[in-house]
Amino acid sequence: MIERQTSMALLEVNNIHAYYGNIHALKGLTFHVEQGEIVTLIGSNGAGKTTTLRAITSLMHPREGTIMFEGKDITHTPANNLPAQGVAMVPEGRGVFAKLTVEENLEMGAYYRNDKDGIREDLEKAYDLFPRLRERRLQVAGTLSGGEQQMLATARALMARPRLLLLDEPSMGLAPVLVETVFDTIERINKEGMTVLLVEQNALLALEVAHRGYVLQTGEIVLADSAAALKQNPEVQKKYLGME
Amino acid sequence: MERDKKSVWRSAIETGLIMGVVLLYLGVIGMFAAFQEREVIYEVVTLGQILIFFPALIGGWMAARRAQKSGAAPVIVMASALVAGAVTAVPTLIMLFINANIENVRDVLVNVNRDWVDMVTFDNRADLLTGTLALLGVLIVSAGVGGVLTLLPKKLRGALMFAGALVLLIGMFGETVRQILQQLVPRETLDTIYRRTSLRLTPAIILFVLGFVGSYFWEVRRNAVTRSYNAMPAPQRTVVQRIGLLIFLVALLALPWIVGRALSDIIVTVGIYVMMGLGLNIAIGLAGLLDLGYVTNYAVGAYVAAVLTSTGALGLTGGQMSFWVVIPIALIAAMITGFILALPILKMRGDYLAIATLGFGEIIGTLAISDWLRPVIGGAQGVLFIPKPNFFGTELVNPEQLYYIVLAACIVTLFVSIRLNNSRIGRTWMAVREDEDVAAAMGIDTARAKLLAFTVSAATGGVAGAIFAAKVGTVFPNSFTVFVSINVLSLIILGGMGSNPGIVLGAIALVGMPELLREFSEFRWLIYGALLIIMMLNRPEGLIPSKVRQRELAAENPPEPAPATSGVTQPAAGD
Repeated sequence: MIERQTSMALLEVNNIHAYYGNIHALKGLTFHVEQGEIVTLIGSNGAGKTTTLRAITSLMHPREGTIMFEGKDITHTPANNLPAQGVAMVPEGRGVFAKLTVEENLEMGAYYRNDKDGIREDLEKAYDLFPRLRERRLQVAGTLSGGEQQMLATARALMARPRLLLLDEPSMGLAPVLVETVFDTIERINKEGMTVLLVEQNALLALEVAHRGYVLQTGEIVLADSAAALKQNPEVQKKYLGME
Repeated sequence: MERDKKSVWRSAIETGLIMGVVLLYLGVIGMFAAFQEREVIYEVVTLGQILIFFPALIGGWMAARRAQKSGAAPVIVMASALVAGAVTAVPTLIMLFINANIENVRDVLVNVNRDWVDMVTFDNRADLLTGTLALLGVLIVSAGVGGVLTLLPKKLRGALMFAGALVLLIGMFGETVRQILQQLVPRETLDTIYRRTSLRLTPAIILFVLGFVGSYFWEVRRNAVTRSYNAMPAPQRTVVQRIGLLIFLVALLALPWIVGRALSDIIVTVGIYVMMGLGLNIAIGLAGLLDLGYVTNYAVGAYVAAVLTSTGALGLTGGQMSFWVVIPIALIAAMITGFILALPILKMRGDYLAIATLGFGEIIGTLAISDWLRPVIGGAQGVLFIPKPNFFGTELVNPEQLYYIVLAACIVTLFVSIRLNNSRIGRTWMAVREDEDVAAAMGIDTARAKLLAFTVSAATGGVAGAIFAAKVGTVFPNSFTVFVSINVLSLIILGGMGSNPGIVLGAIALVGMPELLREFSEFRWLIYGALLIIMMLNRPEGLIPSKVRQRELAAENPPEPAPATSGVTQPAAGD
């Protein structure tokens, strides 16, 4: 891999190895995300995409390798300290608190913060970004549709005022129309300056919005290139885009 | 239409058969015979007879309700109730036939005896045909009553059922009611109401009429009352609420003197369980940690209080230490135990956590009875001579007096529990309960949240244990079995997970009821078990579900266009 860059990237993942019991799930993964980028990790089921996100957020601990965020080593930072460091995640399957209202969910996103005025302000911003959520402000999250829940999970992550947003399979279980909306939103958030690391099985859409992409296969990065180049790559086309 | 009618009959027969099996079962286990002498209303009806009517009545009601729901005409509804009533007789009739023709039924079913035959044939043992007709007649009439009830207007039906239940309860719990009345009315008056523990006919009729009129009046006026209450300006409404609260508090304070000693004793025990329920609810209801070893905290509190205050050989201070000093010590001791025991199990989730905590409960029980700790806590002999609490020179000996300690402790626990639930910590626990990973991603230190939940939850268990020790005066290892944990857990589930009023009701039902049912001897556990099962089938969310749980149930229905929950949510931040 020729991944040496002179300037410091926002997120640098260096040679991480992770295991589930005896299963070697991540075999020396190395990649980086620059400030302002959307980077996507694509690959089939079980390639290690979600595991990579779990490793970054310390929900599992890599046995080897380092993860640097803004130049600081966050490999062993406990998951719950990451929002304060500037990393927020939208978990796979959205993970909204079904019994809380939309607004209460958003407030949970700002859990580590103490600035009430700032939280109020961000709440308004979130509602501006997703007017749908404003309508459903006092509705219980469990009664929202899948698309609305995805919006809520994204908005909730933004409530932590992160500098890096990790998105795990945002298209999962959504109707095609809604998937488009979700990806539009990702692009919009990115245009406003948010750096995004996107893990996605729907490679076509992911490569549509991303600047760069990495292709994962059984715990290893097999391809790394700009999103446009990956889309043209015949192997990617055949394997992940379903083209002949 | 034809198919509908068919299914109406079918379900009537099914319902009848189910109730028939219940009827047969109640007879075969000997319940009719056991209660045939127990008159609910003097010289009118015995509890045993009511047990015969009741399955048919419920069967008739259920069959009629089903018929009604499928849109059948009133005639069909009534007919289906009667059919169900007739079918209810079938299993018992078969047993009668078998009994008449086969010699040795009694070798297996000891209760299928002459008494039973007398009961179900209404004293027509010699003439089985008449007996059969009598049973059929009685059951059909009972089922008919059930059917008629479904056809009545709602308000009338509610009032009738209320009045009936009232008379039945007052008659059934004659002994308890008598004890309460003893404090209030002279003996002569009491004897005109009750003949020993059976209600006399005239007071029963008066009670029925009063109950009916009162209930009907309330049913009719209810809407108007709520409307005028809602129309009141806010300050006035607060006044009404305050007055209501005041009356409630006065009633709470006066309670032990109204109900008398025996009931006060039961209420103290219920109060101890309410405390434990509230405590365990912090772990289970709020933080979602299934703790099956709650007895640990109870035992620690009880033993700490015992050895510190006992005037016996095992007492560390020779009875010098006051109960009031011991309470905070027991609380802290339980919290420390809770904290230490929580450490090794922080990483466990769900079922694994439950099993591990179950283990802790067993360990405590074994330790308490062990020879190793015998010099300190007395092993199987326990700790004796624990003095009663002393309140400014008065020894609180009676349950009526101890009641106030329990009441105060319950109110404090309730207050803390409500405050915790509505606080940031409560929100943290909720997040951990829903999804630990997501909670962590929100910035929540899940390990700390769980540790805190276990520790706080343990505290009230410790206090409950200390009060228990003072109440009973002795502490034995056999008071601290796994059944304490199970009981506390059951009362939480029965009352409604996460709901504080539910816990109080659950404790009354699970701890108080078996005491009140004492006169039903071994059958009370059957009644208790049947009630639990019926409860869980019909109301799995508990007697008084918490708001969050209600929301969850609402979530199973399609979302409503209006913000349906606006009344119950209060955004915490931003003001």
